[in-house]
Amino acid sequence: MSREVKVAVNNLFKIFGPHPKKAMALLRDGLDKEIIFEKTETTVGVQNASFEIYKGEIFVIMGLSGSGKSTMVRMLNRLIEPTAGEVLIDGENIVSKSDEEMVKLRRAKLSMVFQSFALMPHMTVLQNAAFGLEIAGVDKETREARALQALEQVGLEAWAASKPEELSGGMQQRVGLARGLAVDPDILLMDEAFSALDPLIRTEMQDELLKLQAKAKRTIVFISHDLDEAMRIGDRIAIMEGGRVVQVGTPEDILQNPADDYVRAFFRGVDPTNILTAGDIASDTQVTIRITDGRNPRAALQRLIKNDRDYGYVIDSEDRFQGIVSTDSLRELIERTDSEHLLKNAYIKEAGSANATDSMQEILPEVASHPWALPVLDEDGRYLGAISKNLFLRTLHRGHQEEQAAVAASNEGEY
Amino acid sequence: MNLLTFKEKIIPLDEWVQDFVDWLVFNHRDIFQAIKAPIELCLKGFEWFFTTLPPVVVILLFAIAAWRFAGKRVTVFSIVTFLLVGYLGLWEETMTTLAMVISSVFFCALAGIPLGIMSGRSDRFELMLRPALDAMQTIPPFVYLVPVVMLFSIGTVSGILATIVFALPPLVRLTSLGIRQVHPELIEAALAFGATPWQVLRKVQFPLAMPSIMAGLNQTLMMALSMVVIAALIGAGGLGNPVVQGLNTLEIGLATIGGLAIVLLAMMLDRITQGFARR
Repeated sequence: MSREVKVAVNNLFKIFGPHPKKAMALLRDGLDKEIIFEKTETTVGVQNASFEIYKGEIFVIMGLSGSGKSTMVRMLNRLIEPTAGEVLIDGENIVSKSDEEMVKLRRAKLSMVFQSFALMPHMTVLQNAAFGLEIAGVDKETREARALQALEQVGLEAWAASKPEELSGGMQQRVGLARGLAVDPDILLMDEAFSALDPLIRTEMQDELLKLQAKAKRTIVFISHDLDEAMRIGDRIAIMEGGRVVQVGTPEDILQNPADDYVRAFFRGVDPTNILTAGDIASDTQVTIRITDGRNPRAALQRLIKNDRDYGYVIDSEDRFQGIVSTDSLRELIERTDSEHLLKNAYIKEAGSANATDSMQEILPEVASHPWALPVLDEDGRYLGAISKNLFLRTLHRGHQEEQAAVAASNEGEY
Repeated sequence: MNLLTFKEKIIPLDEWVQDFVDWLVFNHRDIFQAIKAPIELCLKGFEWFFTTLPPVVVILLFAIAAWRFAGKRVTVFSIVTFLLVGYLGLWEETMTTLAMVISSVFFCALAGIPLGIMSGRSDRFELMLRPALDAMQTIPPFVYLVPVVMLFSIGTVSGILATIVFALPPLVRLTSLGIRQVHPELIEAALAFGATPWQVLRKVQFPLAMPSIMAGLNQTLMMALSMVVIAALIGAGGLGNPVVQGLNTLEIGLATIGGLAIVLLAMMLDRITQGFARR
């Protein structure tokens, strides 16, 4: 995947209230935002945020209400004016742009989907979907054709002539999404876009978004307070707390190495088997036998005995997985006289393998039903490592332990 | 000198105002006469329209409007109203009043909607405008009738100007309210898609404020009708005339039919315009 930076946020601050300069100075002195509020009646919305958003990824900004995530996304299209710092879109700093330039930039590159849908009640669904194009001065025929296309993408072309109020919440947000897509933006900002929908519809909309994203790779900045949502749709996640970005990484990164207790607390109650994949937990501590140097079953057996292992993982010269042999199957082969003493004749027939992208949930039956560790392969069939029952259980246990530690910590806090 | 006995006038504001108006009249009457021109033109146009049309056509026009916007009952009510004022011998006066009221509302809309939009979009402008609107609504019309007459001379145009002063505030306030009631998310959405402030106004705020603006126009119309009698005092003519004349000569009957005609006309115009606003 290309790692071209689409949006870069550098040391971004937003301070609301009467004395932003004073508050900035106090912040530099290292004061807390609560103390600053007491002293200056000024609220620190976002402080010293820096991160990069890559082209074509879904970047989720997650945090509880008041963490500054909505402020953050509005600074990306300057609906909210940053107090300090810079936002680079395709390398251009938008903070220093004039209002006219900003209008042009928004028309050319940005669009937005809102939590409250924010559809125009006096316009039809089609007119709403065409709104961005109308603003940009596209003629009626073209914009309605493109709006209709966008409505088709979200399955609402039949409702083009309706008013938004006649539609259900989920359908209204599809219109909101169509309006965002119709302008064919480089960057789609989604501010808690699915939070107002009920859970079933929300999941449906997430799937819809992923489907659309699979077709046309857009850069999507998605704001959410819902961890499950962030995990499902995010390629990478930034976690915000009290105006600060506390951690940025892939869902797996953050789950496995939470930066602090706040992040850890977020993941309390999250079932790791849904998020961690086989590739995340596979370990390469098993004995591998290269088919080139192991033509001879005897040599392979020697290697297993020397390493005190019962099973060996046979790979070819390019690391591609071939099969699993055991000390028993090798001995059996050596004692036999009716077949050639080739390593492949000692492969265990029931042995399967897992893909690196399979979730823990998916591989559980395979791991549980055989004594050997399940080999994990990448997309080209190369051996990455294996997952033993022991390893699987340890991963589960660690998640559980962290959960208990977090519960204990929060209980202490209450008393 | 004792400043707290209040035995004598310290600030001669009355004299200052007197002098100022005298000075205006003496030196700049031509300016005010020029202001009169467009109002006079508009009024004469409507008056000509209503008086040259055969009464049957006027009744038919209003009946059609009532039918389209307000339904069967208002249609019947309109026809009955016109027939009644006709049989009461007040047809000509009614037409003059209609022309005057419509002209007033037209100029109120011309000034009031832009003012309302500006004060809807700017807190500072609203803060500045508010005392002026309060004054316009609370100063008894008799106070400004005299200077209006001095500057614009007696007649229907002066009547319209006095009416505008009185009828303008609700339109400004309701327009401002309508603009302010537009959900901020909608404005945010428009801005996010690259709308200029003018586009936000034209495509989002104005259409969504329309019901409120229509309510303001309806209020302005009602207030303009309530000024008809006062306007008659400065020679505006129309349905105010029989009322004023009746008052002066103690002809209660004459005052009554004038008053009745105004009320009926007001009810009819109210129902039709409300029906129009609802669409």
